[in-house]
Amino acid sequence: MTAVLEGLTALLLLLGSILALLAAVGVLRFPDTFSRMQASSKASTLGLACLLAGTALQFPEVAVIVRLLSIAAFIMLTAPLSAHIVARVALHRGTPLWTGTVVNEYDLKACLPRQERKEQP
Amino acid sequence: MLEWVVDVSVTLLAIALLISFRRLVLGPRLEDRIVAMDLIAILTVGIIVASTAGSGQRGLLDAASLIALVGFLGTVAYAWYLRQVAR
Repeated sequence: MTAVLEGLTALLLLLGSILALLAAVGVLRFPDTFSRMQASSKASTLGLACLLAGTALQFPEVAVIVRLLSIAAFIMLTAPLSAHIVARVALHRGTPLWTGTVVNEYDLKACLPRQERKEQP
Repeated sequence: MLEWVVDVSVTLLAIALLISFRRLVLGPRLEDRIVAMDLIAILTVGIIVASTAGSGQRGLLDAASLIALVGFLGTVAYAWYLRQVAR
């Protein structure tokens, strides 16, 4: 039983660190702020969830598992939120899209606050 | 076996940290730097959690949750600052 748990922990730790490394490579290599943001928020969330699950298998105590679960819940709640906030600010500041972008369905006026929207018809 | 795997995992996470530091230095706009800072906070939490699995020091998990909280607050604060400047 211990050997099975140890093997599962090893598998999850390796998977999580490889996913985190892929997130970092995506952040370095993608051509655009928005695609970099997508790589960072998605792959790193899954990688961190794998790392937390692998660590939780090693500690059969309620206190440690509750702490790990709270970290996982917090990261899963806040990673999309911070990506959304940063993407909104980037769009508002006029960050250029990649030159190979095919379609941009976003109207920039829709992201202004209401009073500014009235001033600029 | 587990110690070896933890060493490999921490090494991979450290390489990821170096790569995201490169984007932090390189990033052409401020938004790229904010994204890199967010990724650095998440990777630091990952390194702390992986080394906890290796060493059994369970007090480190408090530091990990604190870093997750401060990383999110820092991202929101930077975005708020950029929004104020852009006005």
